[in-house]
Amino acid sequence: MLIHWTEATPLHSLVGGLFIGVAVSILLLFNGKIAGISGILSGVLKLKTKDIGWRLLFLLGLIISPIFYSTFSTLPKVNLDAGHGTLLIAGLLVGLGSRYGSGCTSGHGVCGLSRLSTRSLVATIIFMVAGILTVYGKHHLS
Amino acid sequence: MMLLISLFSGLLFGMGLILSGMTNPAKVIGFLDVTGSWDPSLGFVMLGAISVTYLSSRIAKQRKCSYTGQPIVLPDSNRIDKRLILGSATFGTGWGLAGYCPGSGINSLLTGHVEPILFVLAMITGMVIYEIIESIKTRYQG
Repeated sequence: MLIHWTEATPLHSLVGGLFIGVAVSILLLFNGKIAGISGILSGVLKLKTKDIGWRLLFLLGLIISPIFYSTFSTLPKVNLDAGHGTLLIAGLLVGLGSRYGSGCTSGHGVCGLSRLSTRSLVATIIFMVAGILTVYGKHHLS
Repeated sequence: MMLLISLFSGLLFGMGLILSGMTNPAKVIGFLDVTGSWDPSLGFVMLGAISVTYLSSRIAKQRKCSYTGQPIVLPDSNRIDKRLILGSATFGTGWGLAGYCPGSGINSLLTGHVEPILFVLAMITGMVIYEIIESIKTRYQG
C-alpha cells in the first residue's frame, strides 16, 4: 500500500468531518432525528405528509450548500471517471442497497458507529469491503 | 423552529461534505483503492464526524426528548441478518463503482454537472423499486 500524501487532504477532511459531526449532532439533539441521508430521502419518497417537512428542508439545505459555499470560496474540483451507464447502475445499487441495508455512509458509517452499534459496524465493514473489491476489480483487473 | 434547524443542519452537513473533499468521487475511490495509491482523507472525515457525534449520541441516549421537546428515537435493533449483509454489500458495490454516496450525490445536484443528476435519479429509482417489492411482499403475506 502506497499512501498518496500529495492527493490527501487530512486537515480539510478532518475539519469537514467535524462540520458533518456538528450537523448530525444538531439534528439529533434539537430535533431528535438521525441524519442518515438515505433514510431521510426514503421517508420523502414514502410521501408520509406528517413527517415530510423536516426531511425536505434538510435535503434543501444539502442541495443549496454548494451555492452557499461558493460565495466565499471556490468549490473543489470534481474528477469522475464513471460513464453515464456506470453512474445509472451505481445509483440503482446504492438506492436498493441502502434500503435493504437500512442505511448508508452517513446512517451506519457516522451515526451508527458513533452510537457504538454493532449492526452499523458490521454494515460499515461490509460496504467498505464491497467498495474496495469493486474499485480493485474496476481499476486493476480491467 | 424544527424546520429551520433541519435546514441549518442540512446546510452544515453539505458544507462539511464539500470542505472534506468527499463531493469529489475521485477522493472516495482513492480511499477505496487500497492496492493503488491510497488517499486516506475519508478516514479523517470519519474521525472528525464520529468524534463529535459520539459525544452527542451519549447525551442523546440519556434523554427522552430533544432540546425542542421532540422525542429522541434511536434505532435499537442489533439484528445482523441477510438483509443487512446483502444490502450493505450492494450499497458498497454501487458506492465503489462511481464514488458517490447518497449525501455527495444529492449535494452535487446543482453544481452544473449531469453526472450527479443521473446518479440521484437512479438511486431514487432503486429506492422506489425497494418500496414496490416490499409492498407486494406484505400484500401476499397478509
